[in-house]
Amino acid sequence: MEILTSSELNYLKKKLNREPNLLEKEIVGAQWSEHCSYKSSKKYIKLLSKKGDRIIKGPGYDAGIIDIDNGDVITIHIESHNHPSAVEPYGGAATGVGGIIRDIISMGTMPIALLNALRFGHINSPFASNEIKTSIRTNNELHSASKWLLKNVVRGIADYGNCIGIPTVGGEIEFDESFTNYCLVDVAAIGFGKRKNLIKNIIQEDDILILAGSSTGRDGIHGASFASKELAVENRSAVQIPDPFMEKLLMEVTKEAIEANILKAVKDLGGGGLSCCLSETSANLNKGFDIDLGQVPLKYNDMAPEEIMISESQERMLYITNKDKLKSFAKILEKYEVPFAVIGTVKNHKNLVINKNGKTIANMPSHLIAYAPLLNRNGKKPKYIDDLRVKEISVTPPHDLNKTLLNMLANPTIASKNWIFQQFDHEIGLRTIVKPGITDCAVIKLNNNKFLAAKLDGNSKLCYHDPYQGTLTCLSEARANLISAGAHPIGIVDHLQFGNPENPEIFWSFKKSIEALIDFSNFNKIPVVGGKVSFYNETKIGPIKPSPVIGMLGLIKGMVGVSQIRPSPEDTLYIIGITSDNMGGSEYYEFLRGVKGGRVPPLDLQTDLNNSRIVLKIIKEQLISCSHDCSKGGLAIALAEMAISSNCGLNIDLDKLPNTCERLDFLLFAETPSRFIIGTKNEEKLENEFAKCKNLKYSKIGKVMNTGDNITFMAKDKKIINLEMKNAKRYYENISSIMKNQ
Amino acid sequence: MLKIGIPIFPGSNCDRDIYHVLTKFYKIKTDFIWHKKDKIKNYNAIVIPGGFSFGDRLRAGLIAAHSPIIKEVKRLGNDGVPVLGICNGFQILVESQLLPGSLIKNNSLNFICKWTDLKVRNTNTPFTSKFKMNELFKIPIANGEGRFILNKAQLKEVKKKNQIVFSYHNDDPNGSIDSIAGITNEERNIVGMMPHPERTCQSELKLFGLTNSAMKIFDSLIAYIKK
Repeated sequence: MEILTSSELNYLKKKLNREPNLLEKEIVGAQWSEHCSYKSSKKYIKLLSKKGDRIIKGPGYDAGIIDIDNGDVITIHIESHNHPSAVEPYGGAATGVGGIIRDIISMGTMPIALLNALRFGHINSPFASNEIKTSIRTNNELHSASKWLLKNVVRGIADYGNCIGIPTVGGEIEFDESFTNYCLVDVAAIGFGKRKNLIKNIIQEDDILILAGSSTGRDGIHGASFASKELAVENRSAVQIPDPFMEKLLMEVTKEAIEANILKAVKDLGGGGLSCCLSETSANLNKGFDIDLGQVPLKYNDMAPEEIMISESQERMLYITNKDKLKSFAKILEKYEVPFAVIGTVKNHKNLVINKNGKTIANMPSHLIAYAPLLNRNGKKPKYIDDLRVKEISVTPPHDLNKTLLNMLANPTIASKNWIFQQFDHEIGLRTIVKPGITDCAVIKLNNNKFLAAKLDGNSKLCYHDPYQGTLTCLSEARANLISAGAHPIGIVDHLQFGNPENPEIFWSFKKSIEALIDFSNFNKIPVVGGKVSFYNETKIGPIKPSPVIGMLGLIKGMVGVSQIRPSPEDTLYIIGITSDNMGGSEYYEFLRGVKGGRVPPLDLQTDLNNSRIVLKIIKEQLISCSHDCSKGGLAIALAEMAISSNCGLNIDLDKLPNTCERLDFLLFAETPSRFIIGTKNEEKLENEFAKCKNLKYSKIGKVMNTGDNITFMAKDKKIINLEMKNAKRYYENISSIMKNQ
Repeated sequence: MLKIGIPIFPGSNCDRDIYHVLTKFYKIKTDFIWHKKDKIKNYNAIVIPGGFSFGDRLRAGLIAAHSPIIKEVKRLGNDGVPVLGICNGFQILVESQLLPGSLIKNNSLNFICKWTDLKVRNTNTPFTSKFKMNELFKIPIANGEGRFILNKAQLKEVKKKNQIVFSYHNDDPNGSIDSIAGITNEERNIVGMMPHPERTCQSELKLFGLTNSAMKIFDSLIAYIKK
């Protein structure tokens, strides 16, 4: 494997005005990998709107920082660990959690919540379309990995988060054939702290660099480069080994040291190991470092300098303090029995100088290492996009809609995620006031009667059909989820996951996704506070579908504004928004009917904003008792979920519903965005409020019955669906049944 | 002045939650006590918090059970001071042999975090006096090794001596013998339990159909030490 491309090597030679040695090439190679340098994507990420009154730091740092008044700040970051998790799901997922937690600690805040977004190939489901069943049968070997990956990824995340004591409060999961024999593991962490305690990151000559935590070993060698190529060969040594116990100790050490005002700068070691950590810190803080590599605590004494510099051994942190405070810092580290070493000093020369046994073995300007030459990638619209849009699709209407709805409820992408989130300690810290499944998003208690709502959303099927509309829909869904809980959106984080960017068709999709982010963020004035790009998500069977994952944060002041999806008996139900029959990329088409293609539902930014505003207003005015967005699986699924969560039956009349659908199955399962279902006992006041809004499309659609009643849908005075609650629940728990004996 | 001690080990992670409950809700002076301390003052009660002490290395609670602070907890326990172990705290009390039995992996082999229904089976401890006999209440669990086991002779013994304090009602989430969720020593001053009473403290839970009744465990303790 070449460390650098020939043009990169030439650029490096020219800048250094000499031939770099092997160690220098390895250092630069780690930092200039796509994973660490963003060399393909940086130009586009810069276009995202970072402006906002609350934004203290935007993208480009370890985590974004948002001011939430009273001297309090929230930090947030999102990352993926896809390649490692696909090879070694337990260790890959766990170390992904570890990395994101260290990013939050590095800012001077303490993590208070974790979220995750996961993607796998199909897990065996007797309820899927014949096409999916056949594909599972014929490629049994590839598909059998999906359950193994799911089980171990969930366990890896659980073991790490549970042990360290940070609640995993929410998540999102999708199953699709493009993730067969692969998986996407995105984790986000939220931190909370005081503005005055944020790490200042100002250093002076003669300050001291301390490396603390685990020893440096051969695990994770070339991890960043491994993640910057397609997954062709399983490279297990590139996967890191998790130790949540050490991370917990590092967290406590950092907390105590911050409270004692000891730390001048903090940086975690992640992708690219010491190479990236040292060069980025040195370049960002505009100082040079003299490093004594002989001081780095090693797992194996015979490690070569290159190995030490690029090892991605986990649970390591770099701290910078001055000579006077070193003693008190050492005392804290010794209390927690955390191994540490002084590995270097800050200099005014702005170079990264690596010494060993009194000899200088690498010496390069930090800026040169930290800033890779950016690439100009070409984008070209993939041919399949137009083909899919105009494709003639003939799907016969199902004769038994009861059965159709049950099978949709059992679709693992839609079904209950109980089996997953019960393995996560989602309660520790006493902040998780609203448990998973009660609202559309997680709601965490802060202080001063403030609450934070958080959600991750993605939709790779829509993004495959139309990366621009698909990404907009993810953003709209994330916002709708926050709005449904009564939260005011304050920031977006994005994680853009694609295949090989050297392929112009894939790069085109990436650019479309960024365009959607820019348009949504500017139109709605919600800043992008952080993000990450992950390319080369490909295996032998091809690239993944474009999979941007959107995270959004919302603020709630006072508990009165929190709504839940669970209706109460006797509530009258309304829908806001029009249902249209664009079925392209819907779960109904893909999971149940086995067809690809068709138009995806277009999103109108103004309607989307108007509908969100009115819902937030009626929640704040306490006119409604419940609210739920309408997304994957459409109206029928949203209503069934509300019924299941409250254990109350529903009686729905479809005739009055605002729609442009020619068929009942489309009306029930279309995934048109910008729709909400709400329940109320204040019909008159609510309708007065609606009447004030110009162009608002809404209608009364039915009534909540009593505990244990059936879920019924009427059309033209005929009962087209009549589901027993017991049956609906059984299908909805399909993931538990599939995973029970794994 | 009344004072409660919270022993902490590397890897304890419910320590701040307990501290929050005792200081904010009951206004009791509370100290964190680092595990290396081999001489502690006389506390009115000790609460050993949940977490993963020493990373659950070897076996949950085992290493912590051999730390200097536990010798002191034993001394106070023998003097009749109330000691409560929650989750990992319960595992430590069992490993220290202050309580009978063992805690092993849940029968599902998974970590489980959810709300369960508990039944009070002994109101004659410093932690249960505010409950009625057989009272049912809701409380969350969060553990991977919460399956409580005893051999036949031990089970007979704890039943005879009325040492079972709480049991799971209807649904036993981890497969514990006799659905035992909490147990006491013969003297009734030391109680270990897997569920987390401190997680029921927030008043907002009521808005979402949950109750704060597990807080009676702390109500009982505070009333007891104030007597």
